[in-house]
Amino acid sequence: MTVLMQAHDVVRHYKVGGGLFGTPGTVKAVDGVSFSLLAGKTLAVVGESGCGKSTLARVATLLEPPTAGELTIDGAATAGVDADTRRKLRLSVQMVFQNPYGSLNPRKTVGATLMEPLEINQRGDAAARAQAAREMMAQVGLRDDQWGRYPHMFSGGQRQRIAIARALMLNPRVVVADEPVSALDVSIQAQVLNLLMDLQERLGLAYLFISHDLSVVRHIADEVMVMYCGRPVEQAAKADLFAQPRHPYTRMLLAATPSVDPARRQLQVSIKGELPSPLNPPPGCAFASRCAHATARCTAERPDPRPLDGHMVACHHAESIG
Amino acid sequence: MSATVAMPSRLTLFWRSFAENRGAVFGLGLMVVLIVVAALADVLALHTPIEQFRDNFLTPPVWAAEGDWHFPLGTDDVGRDMLSRLIYGARLSLMIGFSVVAVALIIGTTLGLTAAFAGGVVDVFIMRMVDVILVFPSLLLAIVVVAILGPGMFNAMLAVAVVTLPGYIRLSRASALVELNRDYVTATRAAGASTLRLMFDTVLPNCMAPLIVHATLGFSTAILDAAALGFLGLGAQPPTPEWGTMLAGALQYYQRAWWVLAFPGFAILMTVLAFNLFGDGLRDALDPKLKR
Repeated sequence: MTVLMQAHDVVRHYKVGGGLFGTPGTVKAVDGVSFSLLAGKTLAVVGESGCGKSTLARVATLLEPPTAGELTIDGAATAGVDADTRRKLRLSVQMVFQNPYGSLNPRKTVGATLMEPLEINQRGDAAARAQAAREMMAQVGLRDDQWGRYPHMFSGGQRQRIAIARALMLNPRVVVADEPVSALDVSIQAQVLNLLMDLQERLGLAYLFISHDLSVVRHIADEVMVMYCGRPVEQAAKADLFAQPRHPYTRMLLAATPSVDPARRQLQVSIKGELPSPLNPPPGCAFASRCAHATARCTAERPDPRPLDGHMVACHHAESIG
Repeated sequence: MSATVAMPSRLTLFWRSFAENRGAVFGLGLMVVLIVVAALADVLALHTPIEQFRDNFLTPPVWAAEGDWHFPLGTDDVGRDMLSRLIYGARLSLMIGFSVVAVALIIGTTLGLTAAFAGGVVDVFIMRMVDVILVFPSLLLAIVVVAILGPGMFNAMLAVAVVTLPGYIRLSRASALVELNRDYVTATRAAGASTLRLMFDTVLPNCMAPLIVHATLGFSTAILDAAALGFLGLGAQPPTPEWGTMLAGALQYYQRAWWVLAFPGFAILMTVLAFNLFGDGLRDALDPKLKR
């Protein structure tokens, strides 16, 4: 199977503060993430707010360069290439955003929005562009007579369909979806997820699917990466991860999923405390302050991801816990 | 497109919310009258604005005892017909307002967008220049600019444009910064759009509402400032029938002939009022936050 995107130890740091008198700090938004995206497969990135998911999305779409590490798209390196090559590479990765109310230009009709990417890249003539846009509308389940309408005339689900259609106009290989359904009604979420899966099958797309909703991830993912404080703590195939979580944080996340059935509520592990500040992360394991299994070694030495039963786990005590 | 759903167009909705405000409709009406008068000045005016009638110095308006139907609003100190001068003055004032606003809007928006997109040193430089302009009272600064360039209507317009620039720069920069954080801008960027395209095709149309309102209100400021410069002898020079210049020339006769002072003043007042009312109404109609 073809690897469409590969990240090796990608790091994205931000300089903050400083000003005239302050001492500048560094926010380690993404701190050493590796993954491969395969054609036709979905990698889901899971984690709570502020763990660096969205930064990872921006790095993967080449909107921001990684501070360190390697990112290759279809085997081509993205660092140290000239602007023109970068631009071409960037086009093969498109993005679907969380908020469909902010991701569509309110002044452009659906047709204009869909044709714009082709127009910018001067693909085809006007008639060909319109033709391609109409075909894409049909693919994502929009009616032909909605061509001339403005975004404000659509519901959230329909807008997200437009946003997906726009992302696909340039025939990307990889689609980065940053919480694409979390702003939608639950009844609409399934429709949009199924649309995404249909399109993946039809076009052989690779998805980098960012979410904090585990039930959504269970539906769409092939592989899951759990992030905590900018670092991946566990990565495994979906079935393995849900059946046998290895990292205490993953176990907590799974246990925190609400259930309607009182008998199935697992409250034996509760999550205490807050995410540590990425501005000043603790020296050892970032999760140690909230972990029930933490020992002296955890606060002193940072665990690196290591293979265990087909999982990649960043925990010193993964064996004893699992 | 098959029209199965009768959805009111944006324009209809806009007109409905605009028409709720009676003052705004009044302002719009007044504006239309002014524009028609200015456009048809050659037809409406009884005389040319600079023709002197040596037998009729300071003739009072027609309803006064010594009024003359040849000069409905009387004549000034050198025997020129007031009404004709006011009508031609409307043309001048609208022209001044339009040019000043157009120049300030185009330059100001470009600078504001540049500041928002470039950020860093460029942003700091542009915004500090704006602060420098704002430090001086606007009329005073306009006087300085005219003093440097020399008096005249064109230079006065330039001066007024310069002192009204900061409003447009700040407004467009602030709106652009808000829009820049929206996902649709990121999406367009991910599609490979150039910065110029992002500035003028993606972001600018979404910043237009406050700019249009500011420009409409700026119309009246421009007319007022240009009239003030004319009054001080720094703007349009006699015998140009500019309202401010007319006021200046008539100042010494105000005890003997009130009409030479009152009518140009009234004309300025009504024009400024019209644009202000219209601008306010426009803002209320365009800004959903102000809707009741």
